[in-house]
Amino acid sequence: MAARAARRPPGPLVLGGLSVLLVASLLFAAAFGAVQLRPDDLVRMTLNHLFGARFEPTWRPQDEAIFFAIRLPRVAGAAIVGAALASAGVLFQGLLRNPLADPYALGVSGGAALGGALGFLLSLSFTFLGFSPVPILAFAGALIAMSLVYTLARVGGRAPIVTLLLAGFAVSAIMGYAVSFLLILNDRLQLNLPRVYGWLLGGISVTQWSQLGLALIMVGVALGGGWLLRHSLDALSLGEESAQQLGIAVESDKRLVIVLGSILTGAAVALGGLIGFVGLFAPHVTRTIVGPRHTWLLPAAALVGAAFLVLADLLARAILPPTEVPVGILTAFVGGPFFLWLLRRERREYRL
Amino acid sequence: MTALELRGIEATYPGRSSSLKPVLANVDLQVGPGEMLALIGPNGSGKTTLLRVASGGLQPSAGTALLDGRDLTALTARERARHIAVVPQDGPIPNGLFVREMVSLGRTPYSRLLLGPTLHDRQAVTWALEAAGVENLAERFVDELSGGERQRVILARALAQQARVLLLDEPTANLDLHHQVAMLELVRGLCRERGLAVLTAVHDLQLAALFYDRVALLSAGQLVSQGSPEAVLTAPLLLEAFGQRVVLSAHPTHGVPLVALVPNGNARRLTASG
Repeated sequence: MAARAARRPPGPLVLGGLSVLLVASLLFAAAFGAVQLRPDDLVRMTLNHLFGARFEPTWRPQDEAIFFAIRLPRVAGAAIVGAALASAGVLFQGLLRNPLADPYALGVSGGAALGGALGFLLSLSFTFLGFSPVPILAFAGALIAMSLVYTLARVGGRAPIVTLLLAGFAVSAIMGYAVSFLLILNDRLQLNLPRVYGWLLGGISVTQWSQLGLALIMVGVALGGGWLLRHSLDALSLGEESAQQLGIAVESDKRLVIVLGSILTGAAVALGGLIGFVGLFAPHVTRTIVGPRHTWLLPAAALVGAAFLVLADLLARAILPPTEVPVGILTAFVGGPFFLWLLRRERREYRL
Repeated sequence: MTALELRGIEATYPGRSSSLKPVLANVDLQVGPGEMLALIGPNGSGKTTLLRVASGGLQPSAGTALLDGRDLTALTARERARHIAVVPQDGPIPNGLFVREMVSLGRTPYSRLLLGPTLHDRQAVTWALEAAGVENLAERFVDELSGGERQRVILARALAQQARVLLLDEPTANLDLHHQVAMLELVRGLCRERGLAVLTAVHDLQLAALFYDRVALLSAGQLVSQGSPEAVLTAPLLLEAFGQRVVLSAHPTHGVPLVALVPNGNARRLTASG
């Protein structure tokens, strides 16, 4: 057996580098569009706007309007969704000790899809802080599916990992096929099929700053909460019994991880629909850089997920103008091959 | 003076039918500081369950488990983990974790909500790596180690907890001859040096006789006998507990009981000649 003495870059350095990468992707993505803006102008606009810097405008007034009203909400939305999905992926992979786990592992995707489809179907017309019924019902569906899975998996005060996974799979499948059933009934229900499909495949649709504010608060709180559970997540990688022997209150911390992961996933679904792959791919990529300890893994994966989705969303806008490709298709097309390459390069055997 | 004391322990698992006998019944056991106690008994006799009760992971349905005279159930999991460390028999080995990181998980019961490890935490990890003789493996990945190396790393993790009670479940189960001896000499040295109270589930009666101060024989959830290896490792007791005939002699160099298995097919010939 080859002794592989390896080192990792220090955590703070990685977080710093990834933050720079994220800001660069945000500027790059915000500059691109039907009206081309200059990234350095965007920096000056932001500094003028936020910090009262007084750069002479070298840009037209309407450029500023485009940036603040259209481009920035869109790229910021993509960043928040990417960060939420990646950190939910870290939480669920840690909790379930399963490299295949993603934010949708515990039935969230089925619940969110069903909630969203009902939102399209019921043609309700209310808004809450800028959110229309579809994202609100999708968020509710995600949380309901997750509580259902947890309740079903609970036996005698404990929710064993394998039972959680199986219950999540079953609930997700039932709800997913309920959506298919609704789509089949399309000619009676008068659904706008392309819109529903587009939403199911995922796409960032931010129209108001209030949406971003709410999502940012939810994601920030859940991410912070998840980081406080980092020691429990680390210890859980040794199995539940060992985690308990290391002083972790296993059942209550598991419940907390599930709640926080659901909030993250629900917020992501509300802003971006069902975007696949980010939540599976970002944690794995990040683990190869910073290692498996959650102190660094969780924030670094959030940054990786954010930057990745900002760039994927840019491609979604750029690839077939003026059509927008659903970003979920791009995350799979770009993320998939890269993920496979990574698996082969690592040549590490994954144990379940 | 005792570190760990079990009084009248009866234990069963939640969901286990109440018509079945409890897994443990009326078990009294004490382990003092600097003492090595081997728990022997057939498969399914309750050794692992007894270790679970002793670690506080399983609440006894009757009786009390005491740590320095304090009821274990009155302590939080975190408090217990500062005093009682467990080396489990098996468990998942995380991918991509350095040995030093694995050992530092032993500091989990001292972890802080917002801040990172203290200088004392780092020193404890370095000490544990040295004490278990794995400091040369510190920068290796845990999932790339051999069985013997991994077992030492898990011991190091338990040592990093700086507990006074050490519970080991079959620590030599997958080790070759040399590593079995090396592991137990290591544990015994630490036990004497640091005054650890060591309770171990042991399958190999030879190892129990060579390395332990006392032996406790468990059969069908009850303590049949406990005392010095000479007192417990006797042919009648072992036959009763294991249903297996053995012949005992003295160890050629160390004098402790030497347990020789007698194949069951030869039982008649043995009785005839004896």
